[in-house]
Amino acid sequence: MRRYFGRKLLIYIFTFALAVTIDWLIPRFMPGNPIQILISRAALKAESAQLLYSYYMKAFGLNVPIWQQYLNFWKALFHGDFGVSIWLFPQPVLKIIVRALPYDVLLLLPSILASWFAGNKFGAYAARSKWLDSTISPIGYILTATPYMWLGMVLAWFFGIKLHLLPFSGAYSYAIMPSLSWTFVGSLLKHWILPFASLFLVMFGGWAIGMRNMIIYELEADYSHYLEALGAPRKLVRNYAFHNAILPQITGLALQLGAIVGGALVTEIVFSYPGIGYLILQAIQNHDYFLLQGCFLFIIIGVLLANFAIDIIYVLVDPRTRTGMQGEG
Amino acid sequence: MLYFMLRNAKLRIGVAVVLIFVVLALVGPLLTKYQPRDYVSPGVQPPSSEFWFGTTSFGEDVFTQFVYGLRSTFIIGIIGGGIGTLIGIFIGFISGYRGGIVDEILNMFTNIVLVIPSLVVLLIIAAYLEVRGFLFESLFIGFFAWPWAARAVRAQTFSLRSRDFVDLARMSGMKPLKIIIKEIAPNMMSYLLLVYILQFGGAVLTAATLDFIGLGPTNGISLGLMMNYAVIHGALILGMWWWFIPPGLAITAIVGALYVTNVGLDEVFNPKLREM
Repeated sequence: MRRYFGRKLLIYIFTFALAVTIDWLIPRFMPGNPIQILISRAALKAESAQLLYSYYMKAFGLNVPIWQQYLNFWKALFHGDFGVSIWLFPQPVLKIIVRALPYDVLLLLPSILASWFAGNKFGAYAARSKWLDSTISPIGYILTATPYMWLGMVLAWFFGIKLHLLPFSGAYSYAIMPSLSWTFVGSLLKHWILPFASLFLVMFGGWAIGMRNMIIYELEADYSHYLEALGAPRKLVRNYAFHNAILPQITGLALQLGAIVGGALVTEIVFSYPGIGYLILQAIQNHDYFLLQGCFLFIIIGVLLANFAIDIIYVLVDPRTRTGMQGEG
Repeated sequence: MLYFMLRNAKLRIGVAVVLIFVVLALVGPLLTKYQPRDYVSPGVQPPSSEFWFGTTSFGEDVFTQFVYGLRSTFIIGIIGGGIGTLIGIFIGFISGYRGGIVDEILNMFTNIVLVIPSLVVLLIIAAYLEVRGFLFESLFIGFFAWPWAARAVRAQTFSLRSRDFVDLARMSGMKPLKIIIKEIAPNMMSYLLLVYILQFGGAVLTAATLDFIGLGPTNGISLGLMMNYAVIHGALILGMWWWFIPPGLAITAIVGALYVTNVGLDEVFNPKLREM
């Protein structure tokens, strides 16, 4: 088990280092100079622009050698210093992101867990049962092929505009202030339904299909045939198959997180939901590169933490990893 | 084989849907006398006999944009999916065939790239580029999509590596590269085709997402860009469903049909999976 976690930890550390390096590298080696863009937006005279340029270079620490910049970047990171936002100028990037974080948790955690559980249940039922399979499987394939933002748009248009049932913009009504009152919580929930539903549906399709296919593989495995030959009840065989099929689904959850994050970003954009995805859009439109970098790092940290949690769950579920035999990668 | 292919309903449906869209992408631009960005009529016209899919807020013909957008979707899928598959095959073969320390390192690298949310990296890269083209977009999508392919190919190579005919080739003094190309690759051609189909679908979805955020190609039109414009210019609030429904529906149909084709092919190649 120690070996298992040791390997995992090593991968996480490498991943984090690589992500930070990418985050540092991209702004510095891409064509186009962010600071130049910043200054040209201010439309100043040549001399004052020059002055401002050197000021910014110093302020952002770009006037020291490259390797020093890299070290400084890491140092600042461990001090929780993500720089200052350009879009919402004197506010630090960290503060802006932390403010957006609760909305991401509110949206992502329930939708990921609910779709995973529901998808696995339905997928397992669908495997090798004629009429369920012929309804769930096509729906699953359509859902998993749907672009997140398009499903969000269709839901917003249908339930928000055609039927006037649900709000489709923001996280709570613009008419009220965030507070711990029933009206606020109610408004929060109402605004949460549509983005949740569109994330849930797309993910559900993928899990259901994955589970269906895994169960079919397991039911074709020798142990299933052996159990059947012994005359074990159908339910028992399927139970064993489910236990074996759930393991790749757990691994799949860890591997899919990156893609899910991408889907959540565009869903938030469609619904103007004030999470990190919405921040990223603002950062891009306002050329706020520090905010963009900060969001990327936060997403990486979130994905790694989630991966770690999944690893722990995996050990609890799969006895092979505990006894030192190697289970799944 | 051909018999099973024709008999497989999933394969028939999947291929038919994809073919419809391929034909539409090829022939569509001939059916319209406009260019995607032409001003053809006063804006916000619902679908009519003259403008099949209606017009946008700027009086552009949605059908024209749609068929040209389909073209770029297929181009992105072919190139982006192709690059992802090629890199994945390369890394998968090496790590699967070599094993040992080379495999450990490559596998770790694959896992690292897999964990990093590729879309966000693409986002940051695209945000820094002032001018972006289709080719460029598909290249970058391919560069970040290969780990799935690499994992699949590696696992398959592992299982083929210790077969008798590979051992025989090795004993007869064949070079490793030649063994991979001559002995291992032909035995997993069907598998590689499946990998490519999945990469194709993934690339189309990623491109649509990037375009939707407004970081797509700066020249030309694509289905994702259509959705981007629709949302920015209030198609939702104005109830202009004809503007944003077709592009998303086309992507869903193409990618969904590809997935179904994939399963159908899998059943053809692998008799164990066939319905009983």
